[in-house]
Amino acid sequence: MILYRYIAEALFYAFMILTFMGAFMAVRSQLLMHAVIGLAVSLLGIAGLYFHLGSTFLAVMQVLIYVGAVCIMIAMGIMLGNTPSQLAEKNLKGRNLLLAIGSCAAVFLALFATLSRTGFAPAAERIGDMSIQFVGENLLLQYCLAFELISLILLTAIIGSIILARGGRDGAVK
Amino acid sequence: MIISDNLNTYLIIAALLLVIGLYGMIQHRSLIGMLISSEFILNGAALNFMAFNTFTAPNPAVGQIYALFIMGLAAAEAAIAVSIIIVVYRRFRNEDPAIIQDMKY
Repeated sequence: MILYRYIAEALFYAFMILTFMGAFMAVRSQLLMHAVIGLAVSLLGIAGLYFHLGSTFLAVMQVLIYVGAVCIMIAMGIMLGNTPSQLAEKNLKGRNLLLAIGSCAAVFLALFATLSRTGFAPAAERIGDMSIQFVGENLLLQYCLAFELISLILLTAIIGSIILARGGRDGAVK
Repeated sequence: MIISDNLNTYLIIAALLLVIGLYGMIQHRSLIGMLISSEFILNGAALNFMAFNTFTAPNPAVGQIYALFIMGLAAAEAAIAVSIIIVVYRRFRNEDPAIIQDMKY
């Protein structure tokens, strides 16, 4: 039994490394296509973290929606937009590196100081479990508004992106 | 040392994701790079919700529903942003934010 704990812990470290390596690849790579691959790797690592948090459902949804849909869509956007060789030479250049690192370190230190001083007490009593059945019942009964809002937002996004990108290569709307 | 069932571990990971996303937002010189960085910020928020859901929330479905909501928002945001970037590229032949920041011609 204790061996399983150690295997799970080693997997947790592996997912954490995957998340941060992918994230660094996404923000530091010159080519945008490499950045998308880094994003996909990082999102896979976050799916593993969701698995460790006890939610199989969200881990599967993360792989389906983020890695499967969002990353592919961004890759399509890169291919339809600028060519990678044009972007490679000017991406990540000419920005103030010191200022970026300083501001990010300040934000992280503020968050870290806050959460290291705060004690988060667990709930006195918990209802239900992490199962997909309980999530489904809650999503369709008590938190129905969130479900309807997701569908409304996605419909609006589909219609909006069709209207925006409707014209031909010369920008004329037929 | 077992760190995978500690709330603070996940909160620090989420904070680091937010910071990496912020860094990418400042550092990237193209709109798509900024879009990719914004995904990290959204994922940090979702991971935060899931961590609190697992360790402190009385109803363990709420955090999962909210993380799912964030995923839907991110998908919609990416769709709209990619189509806006395509339109911007068609009009300006460029997607450097420093050039197109005037938003008109």
